[in-house]
Amino acid sequence: MSTSQVSGFNTQVSAPGPFGGPAGPTVRAVHDQFHGDLLEVSMGPQHPSTHGVFRMVVTLDGEQIVKLKPVFGYLHRNHEKIAENTSYLGSMPYTDRLDYLCSMSTNWAYALAVEKLDGQPVPDRAQYLRIIMAELTRLLNHSCLVGFLFNDLGTSFTPLLYAFREREKILDLFESLSGSRMMCNYQRFGGCRVDPSPEWLEAARRLAENYPRFLDEYEAMLTGNEIMLARTQGIGRLNSTHAINAGLTGPVLRASGVDYDVRKIDGYGVYPRFDFRVPLGAHGDTYDRYMMRILEMRESVKILSQAFRDLPAGPIMDPKAKLRGFRPKAGEAYGRIESPKGELGFYLISDGSPNPYRYRVRPPSLINLTLLEEMCLGHTVADAVVILGSIDIVLGEVDR
Amino acid sequence: MSPASDSYLERAPLELRDWLVQFLPEPLQWLAHHLITVVAVLAVFGTFFAFTTIAERKLLARLQNRLGPNRSGLPWIKGLKLWGLTQPFADAVKTLTKEDIVPATADKWLHFLAPVIVVAFSLMTFAVLPFGRNMIPVELNAALLYFFAAGAATELAIFMAGWSSRNKYSLLAAMRALAQLISYELPLILSVVPIVLVAGTLSTKAIVLTQGYWTSGFLPHWFVFTPWGLAGFLIFIVAALAESNRSPFDLPEAESELIAGHLTEYSGFKYALFFMAEYFGLTALSALGVTLFLGGWQAPCVFLEFIPSYLWFMLKLIGMIVFFIWVRGTLLRLRIDQLTRLAWKFLVPLALLNVGNAAFWVLSAHWAGPLQLVRWAVSFAVIVIPFVIMGRSLTAGFAPRTYRYAS
Amino acid sequence: MLGSGIIKGLAVTAKNFVGSYYDPARMTTVEYPEQPTVLPENYRNFPFLVSENATDPMGTLRCVACQICEKECPPQCIIIEKSKDKKPDANGKMQLYPAVFGIDTSVCMSCQICVEVCPFDAIKMDKVFEIAATDRFLDLYLNREQLAKPNTYYHQIHPEEAAEVDGRLTADRKAAEEKAKATAAAKAAAPVAAPKPADSAVAPKPASPAVKPQDEPRRLVSPKPGEGGSPLGEGGPAKSS
Repeated sequence: MSTSQVSGFNTQVSAPGPFGGPAGPTVRAVHDQFHGDLLEVSMGPQHPSTHGVFRMVVTLDGEQIVKLKPVFGYLHRNHEKIAENTSYLGSMPYTDRLDYLCSMSTNWAYALAVEKLDGQPVPDRAQYLRIIMAELTRLLNHSCLVGFLFNDLGTSFTPLLYAFREREKILDLFESLSGSRMMCNYQRFGGCRVDPSPEWLEAARRLAENYPRFLDEYEAMLTGNEIMLARTQGIGRLNSTHAINAGLTGPVLRASGVDYDVRKIDGYGVYPRFDFRVPLGAHGDTYDRYMMRILEMRESVKILSQAFRDLPAGPIMDPKAKLRGFRPKAGEAYGRIESPKGELGFYLISDGSPNPYRYRVRPPSLINLTLLEEMCLGHTVADAVVILGSIDIVLGEVDR
Repeated sequence: MSPASDSYLERAPLELRDWLVQFLPEPLQWLAHHLITVVAVLAVFGTFFAFTTIAERKLLARLQNRLGPNRSGLPWIKGLKLWGLTQPFADAVKTLTKEDIVPATADKWLHFLAPVIVVAFSLMTFAVLPFGRNMIPVELNAALLYFFAAGAATELAIFMAGWSSRNKYSLLAAMRALAQLISYELPLILSVVPIVLVAGTLSTKAIVLTQGYWTSGFLPHWFVFTPWGLAGFLIFIVAALAESNRSPFDLPEAESELIAGHLTEYSGFKYALFFMAEYFGLTALSALGVTLFLGGWQAPCVFLEFIPSYLWFMLKLIGMIVFFIWVRGTLLRLRIDQLTRLAWKFLVPLALLNVGNAAFWVLSAHWAGPLQLVRWAVSFAVIVIPFVIMGRSLTAGFAPRTYRYAS
Repeated sequence: MLGSGIIKGLAVTAKNFVGSYYDPARMTTVEYPEQPTVLPENYRNFPFLVSENATDPMGTLRCVACQICEKECPPQCIIIEKSKDKKPDANGKMQLYPAVFGIDTSVCMSCQICVEVCPFDAIKMDKVFEIAATDRFLDLYLNREQLAKPNTYYHQIHPEEAAEVDGRLTADRKAAEEKAKATAAAKAAAPVAAPKPADSAVAPKPASPAVKPQDEPRRLVSPKPGEGGSPLGEGGPAKSS
């Protein structure tokens, strides 16, 4: 069946074909030898592991994937067009629903774009609060993702529920601050909506302080697990050239060894004042993508502790910022942030009216998804599910 | 035998049976005798199945920091929750009253037959398990052979279910199930061979009896306390997990990959039958493990013998099942090729070595004094060294990595 | 050695198993109907209308039907119809009041934008979340009477925020009284017209689509007939009720 089965669990079947091309030579050779039929399986949109209403049309040779076609759009909500017909402020709650796990960072990306468009300054305290929210969101998103990844790997929910337990604490913080657990609607053009109380900050600081302990326990549970290593190492390899060519961003790109983090490159907000590192993978396989998340969470904790230390006093909203009847000057702007899933950008064209002339989202989930077939070819169904899990998609953002 | 074997509790179930039987006319007595046994086994293990499901859900919940089902009480009594212990009965009512949906293109006859067969065969295995002193439904000389023959037949039913459903996921699951079950049949049986070698019998009752007696009253002579027995037990557990489709070997019904595998197209009571069969299979295999390696119904110490033998058996059985639940709450699933590779390249060679190890143990039975220590050391080495070497080759190329950071 | 990772994992789950019995940080479950959840002060669910006193809620609504929230509401779930006559408000000024004020909670997404844009502190977020209903259209459409809740209730659910709002309102009132006195002292010849909010100049159209900008529609292509608002916004809840 395969070329290099000599050692143990290792079942690296032939290398996947060229970018988007047919499967590697070995798969074809095996197929020709047996004259077997190919089996086309439609995984999703009602499949337990497709992370929402995502569908993969998988062509199988035995259990091996020879073709995979991602199908999406089941959750299309016309987000961009609605935004063009709504006031700038009115789109803010809709951005919550894009990446519904990370509404805080999605809010920020949109606010950033509008502020760029209007030249709106943001007070220092609000900048720090935004970073606190974004990094808490990163913790939340990555813990969830890792939990879901293990679920795809076949655990009976245990790591996922541990992750949810920790996520719950962050969501409680979000709820007490913004009023809603997931649809925070917290950022405004020129600042933030609510100023956290000292108790809130203390609770958040304690949470960030305790987070490494949870991560240690989590890693002790499964990172060194032999089955986990065998299931993820060498699976879904992606080399850096392909990743760059397809425009991948975020942990998926960094797992392939490309140093690209918008926080470092763009230095938006007050990120340049913070001291943190960007982990890089070497193999670009599922294990690297998993570890990127774990390491990024550890870095997030560092950023959080610095933010709580340095949080300045002051207003959270620029006094000149307008809430009602907001009309930015005519022009265009692209605001981007490093969302937990990758580079999340909002491109806006204003013609001076209360609603944007053009509103476009650069969804990292969707763009990271484009290389799914490339990563899955030659692997089995079981691996395809895991690879999909390691990319980290949220269908609200993919389909918009 | 010690006087404990005559205690009232020990004899009570058997005497109850004999008392019931005597009311019948002579020619019917043997029939009633066996029927009562069958009914007793069905009742005890039916209830055991029900409570295993709730125990599994509650234990898993606690492992995952949840509460688990705790709502169902008794009907018409409000506020009485009974810690949710009546949940399995509510589930039974639900599955019984559910609509039975058969796909239009399914092979209806096979689709119907599969759950029946799977339950029938998994129940048959209970016939040869000694649940207590003198409590064994059928005394067979070739009990072990019978057990494995009956147990292996369930694989056929799983394939039938997968094939007849006419669902692609079911078909994939059926293929996986066949590959998995056939692969693991071998290490399962090979891990038992040393016992047969040492005990010199295939009868489960006799095997339990050979594990009797204690060294200085508290060190039981169970097979698991010998090097080859421990190795055999571990192999047995891994193979049993695979045979009963439990995590980390739950590939045929891998919910994240194949939805529900061969059960995808089953609903209502047919689904419940499969579910039942799975737990019966698990219970039977655990019971066999208890019988073969953990001294069956024997008490671990002399002074604990006052507890009736059947309770000891149940305690050990529950211990095994709790362990299986714990494993399920922790581990993730192997891939099908890794699964078969684990069986053929690791477990089978180890089990074969273990047979040789057991043979050495029998041959060196007369060694005494310091030679006894040599015997233990050699026996351990025979199994540990290959374990380490083969384990290394199995996981070659897999290790936690260190990462660099962007400058 | 093979298996060490597995044993480590088993140890972690065992630790969590034991921890779930005594460690509240591990067992975070709240058994909901028996143990009521404590909602944070900022919690928001659906909007309600603040009225000054509980005995005459309809007469003392703070809302002056300025329709800003109707316009700003992103999913357009608010329906307002202005009154024909005027009533004195808390400051004694003659104001319009909403003849119809409806919120379709099946459309509302609890974003709180109506609260933020309201210049009169007349609409606030409620905390009631047990709102299951049997009719998905009529039961989820809340009318003026259902929405009106007294200021004391607002103090109950958002104490800090309500105190701040009340402080601001009394300050405004005082300022208004002083101003009125000043104007009375000045004895202007011409009668002073009751001040109106700027937006009330817009013609009251009952189901006017909120997206339609009142001043200058931004369109490069000439609008087709029938375009202009989402059909849902014009459509149903107001008429169906």
